[in-house]
Amino acid sequence: MLTLPGPLRAAIIAHARADHPDEACGVIAGPAGSDRPERFIPMTNAERSPTFYRFDSMEQLRVWREMDDRDEEPVVIYHSHTATEAYPSRTDISYASEPGAHYVLVSTRDPDEAEVRSFRIVDGVVTEELIRAAGDGPERPAPE
Amino acid sequence: MAIEVRIPTILRGYTGGAKSVEGSGDTLAGLIADLDERYGGLADRLVDDSGGTAGLRRFVNVYLNDEDVRFLGGLDAPLKDGDTVTVLPAVAGGAR
Repeated sequence: MLTLPGPLRAAIIAHARADHPDEACGVIAGPAGSDRPERFIPMTNAERSPTFYRFDSMEQLRVWREMDDRDEEPVVIYHSHTATEAYPSRTDISYASEPGAHYVLVSTRDPDEAEVRSFRIVDGVVTEELIRAAGDGPERPAPE
Repeated sequence: MAIEVRIPTILRGYTGGAKSVEGSGDTLAGLIADLDERYGGLADRLVDDSGGTAGLRRFVNVYLNDEDVRFLGGLDAPLKDGDTVTVLPAVAGGAR
């Protein structure tokens, strides 16, 4: 399960819409070991393609070093599909290189409604997971 | 001669979990061969040997200090004592 605060989910969708019809991509960093996405880092898609993305190699070095310095890790790696569903493709699966990350896919194929789904991709195996907004949970009893 | 090599999460299985290891070599190719002697299988994740000419795998980024080694001669990039080599698998994918 991925806990993704509303504003971060909105930021992912806004980035995907802005770059459409090219695929958008980025990272949300969080404190190492916390599984909490906190710091939104949109990345340049060096491929600038409607069907492929790749982080620019120098930008990736800078961001990865920065996360290391701040004791963070990439909690979410997101990218968009601009004409197909928000599901990992064979390419997505074969290049998934952060086994601890939540891979968030957005589809911008519909101009009105973005699809947002999250997956773990480990050793070539895709497992979909629920996304909950922070604060969702079982009903709490009203305070006395 | 000591070169620090920073290992990404996905390759730490080869280094017993170590995030950083030491190696030596006059070129990147030499360093990778040196590492492969102690961490068997690591070279194959970094170098593509098929098709006659060995080259760095396309979707693995290797940096020498602050530069992408693709611009420094790739596997032939010269190394010196005190250099840091960082390996980061490319983050890539897409609908295609």
